[in-house]
Formats: sequence, structure tokens, C-alpha cells
Amino acid sequence: MTNNYRYIGKDTPRKDARDIVTGRAEYLDDVRLPHMLIGKVLRSPLPHAEIRSIDVSKAEALPGVHAVLTYKDVPDATWGIPNHMRLLDKKVRFVGDAVALVAADTTEIANHAVERIRVEYEPLQACYDVDEATQPGQPPLYDQYPDNVIPQITKLLQNVIKGDVDKGFAEADEIIEGTGFYECFPNPLPPEPPGVIAYWKNPDKLVAYVATQSLGLNKYLAQPFFRMADTQFIATQCGGSYGTKNANLTPIGYAAELARATRRPVKIYYTKEEHLAAYSLRLSCRINARVGIKNDGTVTAVTGEWIVNTGSGSEAGPHEIAVGCGELQLALRCPNWDLRSKLVVTNRAPTGIVRGYGGQELESSILPIMGMAMEKANVDPLDFFKKNFVRVGDEYFWRNGIKYIYRGIDFSPAIDNGAARFGWEEKWKGWGKPMSVHGNKRRGVGVGIHCNADVGEDHSEAWIKLTPDGRALILVAVSEAGQGQRSSLCKMAAEVLNLPLEHVNMSFPDTDGNPFEFALVGSRGTYTVGKAVIEAAEDARRRLLELASPVMNLKPDELETEDGYIFEITNPDNRIPWRKATGIVRTVLGQGRFSEDFTLSNFLVTFVEVEVDTTTGMVKLVNVVNSAGCGQVIAPACLEGQLHGALGAAGLDTAIFEGGMLDPSIGRMMNSNMIDYKWRTFNDLPEFSTLTQDTPMPSHRFHAVGVGEIATSPGPSAVLMAVYNAIGVRIMDYPFTPDKVLKALSKIR
Amino acid sequence: MPDKSTIHLVVNNKHYELMIGKDIIPSDTLAETLRNHLGLLGTKISCDEGACGACTVILNGKAVLSCTILTVECNGVNITTIEGLEDPKTGRLHPLQQSFIDHTAFQCGFCTPGIIMTVKALLDKNPDPTENEIKEALSGNFCRCISHYEVLKAVTAVIKGGKYDK
Repeated sequence: MTNNYRYIGKDTPRKDARDIVTGRAEYLDDVRLPHMLIGKVLRSPLPHAEIRSIDVSKAEALPGVHAVLTYKDVPDATWGIPNHMRLLDKKVRFVGDAVALVAADTTEIANHAVERIRVEYEPLQACYDVDEATQPGQPPLYDQYPDNVIPQITKLLQNVIKGDVDKGFAEADEIIEGTGFYECFPNPLPPEPPGVIAYWKNPDKLVAYVATQSLGLNKYLAQPFFRMADTQFIATQCGGSYGTKNANLTPIGYAAELARATRRPVKIYYTKEEHLAAYSLRLSCRINARVGIKNDGTVTAVTGEWIVNTGSGSEAGPHEIAVGCGELQLALRCPNWDLRSKLVVTNRAPTGIVRGYGGQELESSILPIMGMAMEKANVDPLDFFKKNFVRVGDEYFWRNGIKYIYRGIDFSPAIDNGAARFGWEEKWKGWGKPMSVHGNKRRGVGVGIHCNADVGEDHSEAWIKLTPDGRALILVAVSEAGQGQRSSLCKMAAEVLNLPLEHVNMSFPDTDGNPFEFALVGSRGTYTVGKAVIEAAEDARRRLLELASPVMNLKPDELETEDGYIFEITNPDNRIPWRKATGIVRTVLGQGRFSEDFTLSNFLVTFVEVEVDTTTGMVKLVNVVNSAGCGQVIAPACLEGQLHGALGAAGLDTAIFEGGMLDPSIGRMMNSNMIDYKWRTFNDLPEFSTLTQDTPMPSHRFHAVGVGEIATSPGPSAVLMAVYNAIGVRIMDYPFTPDKVLKALSKIR
Repeated sequence: MPDKSTIHLVVNNKHYELMIGKDIIPSDTLAETLRNHLGLLGTKISCDEGACGACTVILNGKAVLSCTILTVECNGVNITTIEGLEDPKTGRLHPLQQSFIDHTAFQCGFCTPGIIMTVKALLDKNPDPTENEIKEALSGNFCRCISHYEVLKAVTAVIKGGKYDK
């Protein structure tokens, strides 16, 4: 695609590229502070128990140990949504729950000290499943939730209730009921484990180095936990997050409390086993739904209960439910709804903020039921999705419970282009029908969609500093976790200021030296932070031309700037360098701000082709097409990488082989290592095409919104559909491992 | 009798002498020594149990997982880490590094040093591998952002361009 931009839509090397390929990029574990101690966590061997006693004397006595903390030593503060989790508690709620913290000179000493802590437990009956947890007589995990159900938060969208469902069902040609299960508890598993280094600068100012995708969110979630102490959060290069390093609250809390106790910097850096077994899993979902559909694919009513298993704690459960409820309405136009959520705590590891954030979980569990309805009404799923995704003028309730009207672009071309690239028309043979059969190899195709209006969520501020030497510095609290957003923001500012890209740079990512910025979540960076940066650049440019005006004896609107010079538009040879306009002892500062907007959405359709081996039960992913709608693309190569990300981050592969395996007799995760936890390797790659629809989006000057987050989201339900079409039997609980496939084929019992 | 209390090794063409008990302890892995004692932080530790490839370095010409090798086993070996690829005099990047930049063959970048070292060890032995040979060589390198497709393009461009020289 060609355009008239200098940088937008064109590939330029990432600003941090050289540091990454030379090994110089500084990740959390590469930060070495003077006098820094190592923190380690004693973790519970039991899934549910009261702590009867803890004896830390032998640990404290070990030379090189500087602090040992238990629930008696940490502030009585809680976090999570709603607030309910203590940093350390008198009770443990999953195998791997924190019991005590140690700070020591070295990792070896800290590990040794952890082994010397003696704990007596009073075991309690544990539960792992939502039905078990809500049985009468089941001991509650939290006293305040006697039935193990976290009450709904009224200011968030917790249910979708509108229209008249009785009327809707009366109008339906077909009514279908079913249960969908997305209960695989996968881990997004960034390569870099979670980590934090914290110290107290004054008695009351917390400084924290964090591996995060969202500096602001880390700070603003953590601050209340430290009784609103002053905090400075500093981002290191982040070795992958996929949502999970947005909050970081447990490692922040551990490091900060150990630092408070020792008055020294303390590093908490999880082992891979801790990362897998005790850190932010994806929400687990089960949905019982009833759907009314007309033979032309119109959905007339949806009712049901969405039961969410948040494990032993909810980092963001109600908020993820709210976003999921919003996203489902964007994917599925229907006038009549009664869909209610229920958030249940169990003795599994806690879930947290994860890429896909509620919507992936809800759609992966309800779209298969929609598929049953489509089949009964004999509707092609592609026609169904084309008919039912959000259109201009459609109303929907978003996560805050407020109604919005969609004002973006029509995404039909994204579907059509994706279908053409995939060859949907030739490959789709009808519901339950394989695309091809060769001996024991049966191929099937499937499709899923996802839309997200969080592209405009929350608020952002950016400043831009122009210096007399013809450079611009963007002051914005944005970290780099792989999306390339720091580089993309430089491109936007360079475009507005018409500067060489190498003369536009970003400030150091911390919360002291930069204005307010919320987070890189929900694909929001491109639109929200982008708009704040664009506004700041425009403001700085205006001030620069105002300063040049008296020097050049021309009105500001007769002037333009290019490559650090200001010139007369009608006589470009009449030009001065910036420094002649500003003097060498001045900063020109521009300011920009973005305010929340939920009236735009991004879009993604995923097409998949799978091959099922009916002898072994293996499901092989053969071909994927991800076709996105996000307006003007800012950085094509970065976006392409993110769209390929569908195969990572507990995304599409949660339908094929990914998940946390729990031994229900002891409550322990059995595959908390990277050999037993399955992940896709280089020699198992499907063919993969990515497409983008370039229709300008009415967002900001560059007509773009982000889409990276949702790359993972439509995949699981598309795979479910494809496996069904391949073998003619619908498996409703992910992932479709060989044992489930062979059972479905009645080859094993 | 050979001196068993000191480990001699060459890393990125530089000779190091490490005294057991002083510079290193017997349980130190090569990855820990590279990072904590030699300050070569480009080698990343992720799983620390030989499953993810993040800590890959080249030892006597072979790609190895430095988290599964004890430093005390490394007497007399020659090691190349990611820091050893740039030309130390001119700062010129190795063609693989340049190609990774040109193809944006990374997202978060945490696995990138390990991936580059794995590919370098392959190309040093076989400068014209098939795509399957590249994939097989990289099959132990975990990349969760999914930059696999861009990595394969970056490596193929180096091979096709005839730009590869050790």
C-alpha cells in the first residue's frame, strides 16, 4: 500500500532493535543495584489450609539472611478486584500460595532460609471446580464470600440484560441450548518471568523497577496498597507480558515489604516453576446458554449463565467479565439478552489480567453454542458473522454499564479479504462435513471473530519537548513489552513535526519524569497514547512557529517546519534553523491529552484449517488466516508479528494442546515446567497469512486504532468448529487433545 | 598434576581464569557465571532447566544450553555469546543481527539472543541449510510472542544473500 506519509505505514527499524539483537537491552534481571538483596517466597504445599504456627527462627539465624516476613509482619491491606487478597495471610488457598518471605544476600542463602521455616497447617477441604465450590458445606476460601461466589460489582457491566427475551424466543425459527467449557487454565507464559526490584528512597517513597507492559497501571494499582505512599515506577525492557505483567501486584508487594524491613533494595524474580504454578492464569469459563435464531441468521434472543472460575483470587475478574460482556455484543447483534455472570473462587492458582481479557474466554465458550444454532438454522458461519458484527449506529453497553453508539468503519472487507485468501468458499462443505478425507486424515475448517471497543479506553497524557538542535523528545510513561509502541509513537511525532526519525526519541520510561499515562492494554496505545502524542506534537509545532514568526517577520500560518528548519511556505529558500527561532536557552513544550472514548472498535476474523488423525487423535493446525480491521496501519512489521501472536500467549493453541494440568487428589499443578507444559515449536508451524483492511478509522490524525491484543481471541472457537467439521462430532471442552478426540470418535472409553 | 582449583576458558576471544571457591562455586551454571561473574548479561535465563533455549551460547562450535552446564565442566573451552558477534573494532553487526533488525524478527526480544546463537551455530557448520533444517535447529527455542515467521525470513535472507561469513 502506498501513502503520502513519511513514516506512517512504512517499516522502519524498531528504536530498540540494536539493543535487542546485541543483548544490550536491559531486562529486569539485568538491573544490578548496589546492596541489593534477593527475595524468595516460601510456598504452600497444600491447596487449602489454616496456618496453625510458623517458626522462622532457624531461617533468621542463617548468616546472610536479612529479613523473614510472615502474615504477622505485613500490612493488613488487600488488593484485587474487589479488594480481597492479602499479601500474606493466615490461610493458604492454593498449592503455591505464599506463606513467608525471605530477603538474603544471595539466591542460595535465600532458598536455604526458606527451607528452614517450619509451618504447621490445619488442612481444609479444597475445591477446584465451580460446581464443587458452590456446594453447600464447602468451606469458603474467604469469610466474606461464604458460598465462594464473589458478589457482582454494580458499577461494572456484569450481565447483558436488554430487550424482551420471551418475545425474542417466540420470534425464533430454532432454539438451541448447550453448555460450553473453556476451562483449561492456560498460562500466557512470557519468556521473562515476573520480577520487581523495590527500595524505599525516603522512609515513605517507594521506588520500583518493574518488568511491565503498563507502568501507570502498576503504579496506580499498587499505590493504595502502600497507603498512598509516594511511588516512582521505572520500567525495564519487558520480556513479554501478554497482559500478565499489567498489575504485578504480588511481586511488587513482596519486594516492597522486604525492602521496607531491610532498608535495602530487594529483587523478587520468579522461577519458571513459580511463574507457571503461582502467577496470573487465564480465567476459566463455563456457559449454559439458550439461543434463538431465525433461518436467515438473525439472532433473536440469548439467555444464559456465564460461570467464571477465578481460582484462589481475582486480580481483575469482574472487570474482565465487564469487558467480555461488552465485546460479545460487538460480535453478536441481538436485541434481546439475559446473560448473567457468576464469579467463583476455587483452590486453583489465581487468575489475572491476560491478553483477550474476558472476551476471549466468553466467546470461546459461547460461540460453539452459537455454532449449534447456526447448524440447526442451516446458516454458513461466515454469513452469520458478516450479518451480526457491529455496524455504524449500533448501540451496546460497554464495561462501565453505559450505552455507546458505534461510529467506526464497516469491517466487511476484512471478512471478505480473509475469506478470499483462505479459500473459504471452496473449503466450507457444510456443518459437520470435512473439507477432505484421505485415509485416516480428515480436514475441517472453522472461523471466529472478535471486536473490542477498549481501543479508546482510559486516559493518556504526553508532552513533547523540542530542543534548539532540531530534536524532539516525547515524554510519556510507556514501556516496551514487544509491541513496538515506543517506536510507533516516535513515528507519529516525527510525522507531525516532519523530523528525521532518528531525531525523535522517547523519555526514560518512569512515572516521575513523565505525565499521566494509563497503560498499554486493550490495544489502546495506537489510538489513545497516539492521540496524546499527536496533540503534543501539534501543540509544540504551533509554539515553535509562533516563536519563529517575529524572527522571520511572517505570520505563523505562513511558516512550515522540516528537518529542524523553519521556512516560508511560498518561498522555501527563506529558512532558519530552529535555534534561530528559539534561541539556544529555551525548551519548546507541547502538551497533549486523550480522554476515554468507547465508540470505536477494532476487528479480527480468524480462519483455520485443521487436520485430525482419526487413528492417533492428533489435531494438527494446517493453515491460519488472521484478517484485521484497525484503520491505517502505523508499523506493518510490528503488527504482522502481533497478529502471528495468535499462536502464543494462551491463544489459539488453548484449543489444541495448551493448559494447566491439575492433580485433583493433591491440588498440585502437574506440568509447571516448560517440558510438560506444551508450547508450539519452530518445527510445528502452520501456514499463516495476515491481512489488514486499510479503511481510515475516524480516530485521530492518522486514522488508526490498535488490534494486537485480540490476535489470540477468535482462534479457539474457530478450531472447535474446524475439528467438529473434520470429524462430525462436537467436542465442547478445550483443548482437543488426542484422548478427547478418540473418545469423541468412540475409539476409546 | 593439573591445577584443579582454576577453570580456564575463553569467552568472545578473551581469556578468563576462574578460581573455584572464590570466583565461582561448583554449583554455578555457565549461564550464571556468564551473567553474574563475567557481566555478559545478553545471555538470558528463562526456564533454567534446559527447556527453552533462551540461554543458548556456542561452546566449541556447538549451540548449547548454558543453564544445563556447570562452569566447573568448562575448563579449556571456547565460548561465544551474543556479545561476541559485533565487530569489536568497527561496531559492525553480524549479518544475522542486521537481518533480524531489517526483518523485525523479534517482539519482546527476550528469546532473541538465544535464537541468534542457535542459528549462528547452524550456519557456521552448514551455511546453506534447508528451511526444515533451520526449523529443526530452532525447535528448542521458545518464542511466545510468535516471531517465528519473521525469524525464518531473516535467516533465509542471510543465506540467500550470500552474506553469511563466520
